[in-house]
Amino acid sequence: MSALLDFLKTYMWPLIFAVVIVAVLPLLAGYVVLMERKIMADMQARLGPMRVGPHGLLQPIADALKLLIKEDIIPENADKVVFWFAPVISVTAAMLAYSALAIGPFFQIAELNIGLLFIVAVSSMGIFGIILGGWASNSHYSLLGALRSTAQMISYETAAGLALVGGVLLSGTLSTQKIVMAQHGGTWFVFVAPIGFFLYLVASIAETNRAPFDLPEAESELVAGYMTEYSGFRWAVYFLAEYANMIVVASIATTLFLGGWLRPFGSIAALDFLDFFPPLSFLGVAGYCLYRTPKQPEPIQSMVMALFGGLCFLLAAAMALPFVPAFAASKPGLHGAFWFLLKVSLYIYSFMWIRFTFPRFRFDQLMKLGWYFMIPLSIVNVLGLGVYKVLRQMQWSQWPAFLLTTGGTLLVAIWLVWLAQRKVAVPEPAGEMTEAEG
Amino acid sequence: MTDTRISGFPGVEQTVLGADEIIINMGPQHPSTHGVLRVKLRLDGERIVDSECIIGYLHRGVEKIAEHRSYTQFAPYVDRMDYVAAVSNGLGYCEAVEKLLGAEAPMRAKVVRTILTELQRISSHLLWLGTHAIDIGALTPLFYCLREREEILKIFEKYCGARLTTHAFRIGGLQYDTYDGFEAETKRFCLDFVHRVDEYEALLTENRIWIARTKGVGVLSAADAIDMGATGPVLRGSGVKWDIRKAMPYAAYDRYEFEIPTGQNGDTYDRYIVRMQEMRQSNRICLQAIEDIPAGPIMGKVGKVLKPPVGEVYHSIEAPKGELGYYIVSDGTTQPYRVRIRPPSFINLEALDKMIKGHLVADVVAIIGTLDIVLGEVDR
Repeated sequence: MSALLDFLKTYMWPLIFAVVIVAVLPLLAGYVVLMERKIMADMQARLGPMRVGPHGLLQPIADALKLLIKEDIIPENADKVVFWFAPVISVTAAMLAYSALAIGPFFQIAELNIGLLFIVAVSSMGIFGIILGGWASNSHYSLLGALRSTAQMISYETAAGLALVGGVLLSGTLSTQKIVMAQHGGTWFVFVAPIGFFLYLVASIAETNRAPFDLPEAESELVAGYMTEYSGFRWAVYFLAEYANMIVVASIATTLFLGGWLRPFGSIAALDFLDFFPPLSFLGVAGYCLYRTPKQPEPIQSMVMALFGGLCFLLAAAMALPFVPAFAASKPGLHGAFWFLLKVSLYIYSFMWIRFTFPRFRFDQLMKLGWYFMIPLSIVNVLGLGVYKVLRQMQWSQWPAFLLTTGGTLLVAIWLVWLAQRKVAVPEPAGEMTEAEG
Repeated sequence: MTDTRISGFPGVEQTVLGADEIIINMGPQHPSTHGVLRVKLRLDGERIVDSECIIGYLHRGVEKIAEHRSYTQFAPYVDRMDYVAAVSNGLGYCEAVEKLLGAEAPMRAKVVRTILTELQRISSHLLWLGTHAIDIGALTPLFYCLREREEILKIFEKYCGARLTTHAFRIGGLQYDTYDGFEAETKRFCLDFVHRVDEYEALLTENRIWIARTKGVGVLSAADAIDMGATGPVLRGSGVKWDIRKAMPYAAYDRYEFEIPTGQNGDTYDRYIVRMQEMRQSNRICLQAIEDIPAGPIMGKVGKVLKPPVGEVYHSIEAPKGELGYYIVSDGTTQPYRVRIRPPSFINLEALDKMIKGHLVADVVAIIGTLDIVLGEVDR
């Protein structure tokens, strides 16, 4: 009996957090999709989903239901076991990565001393799902998508990893908790290593197969890439994995570069009024929901709108809880989660913004960018940050050290761009090949 | 995978790396073949070794139908060929029959025809721009383009009641006179549209990825373009200054000032620039034409029953996609003996095989997009 109690004492919170992650992450991914569609619509002079629920608020649930009851087709010549298993690998890897991420100082399943390494390792396992799925489908389009995905992953995982090394170098630890705490009271690493952040931003877009690097599933070229032969819920699982991955990379970037759950200007007492932002923002959303409630065309939509308003009121109340003296201890946990998720959302927003603005790279251009620009620059960036750290240890003040190292790295970046601009005789120039007889 | 009976190619060969070449069937149900075009690609990795176009999935026998309809009855059928530029199709047909009859439309009709056709050119190019951009991966321009196209379609709808297959003109002139406010609405659209084109160009023209994806892709030399009979923006993108509106003016084009934009390199980027400039020029023509629409009748003197004398005629116009020609043989009855249509999309499509060889799969969709084909017109 006491053994069971001991077990619960040790593992109760991790277990609860794990259940919450598994339950909430798919829902969150669904709402990221809705958010994406709404932002896309906003940028494209239209409304986006408006029919299911007020302002399309129930669209993700309707989509999930539709995908659940859709016919699940397995191609005749597919390798059935692998075909069945591949999406599961993808989604498992994406969810597993969340086990070491810290949303606030308390909300974390496992505090690992090699947390970051674990996350990077596990999330890159997801690529197996894509390769196997593409191969098992026994379709040329899927195969090409899977091949592109493999090459892209190998190239950009390196750059992303090296960009992360910069942050690790600055904090001197791999544990997610300690990385965030290293930014506490000081500057966030994005301001110390802006180039590293930029490299990670680009590499993480490529890693999650988002436009302009969405070649593995390039709709206009490969129909749907590795997902071409998938349908119904299996397809939805891939989709879920993609959006869960987006949340994971955004969380990594937030932890490493954007100060994790820390409040902006956390060390400046004059800006402590920012603590009122979390409850007030929820209150604002709740008020707007209630204001729109009587204006809905159908009574059922009014009800849903009121429900959302009520939910936001509850969240606002939860965020206001730390202001009650008795519950002051809950502040880092609650407000930490708020700031963390806000930063994650902003990061994902930048993903979407980029997606709707730029055309897609071609495969050879993507490889060129990866190997000729991203990887060399990320190596130089690590060197630069190493120099920065040494200079700081030699009692240099922050500004000169920063200007020296970042300026140097920037010069290298410009040189690399200049190198790439030069016309070099590549053995097999892609795209620019004219025909022999022409 | 290596079954040559299915592929139709003489046999799958070993590539440099000792791997098999693969054969991909692009279309007829592919998101970016713009309809039901089917292209068989033989690939070495992602590089195109060989390709073959298969068309005919949308064949409706338009030319044969013509032999069993009267001249008037056949007019709506031509709208269904290039269904995104129905007004241009109708203009070509009506003018061809008028030529056969020896009749002429009155000036007012000619000017209104010019305005509507130029609006149609803008709308056709807008649809091209949107889909071309989406093929290359830029999602947003499509919606901006559709927004402006909608304004044009609204003008068409108010003018003749239809948006897509308009059947706007009649042999000998127009059926409807312009509606109240036609001039004002068209002018408002044209004045606004100049800034809209700037907007699209801001998104694409100097975008590094766009340039990387289109420059040097699908190069068609001027000599090749002429040899293959390419017309329209495809020919002009290769640097050949040939536009039927200038070379053999029809409708009221000789009254207006406009330029023929041309490219230099004959690549996808140049064709993009040419079409963007063409939209500006069309807009310019519209603005000039709308200023003075001459008063007068809208129908010329053609009989109730059209009975052209025995003979034959070829008349071509500059449709948005190139030279659209009608060759009509009359045997003196109320029905044409034979109608042969020269569809620009079909002939421009010939260049595809030559243009995509050696490129990557991603370039194929860019090149199909840059040819601006409409399968309804290719297959007829």
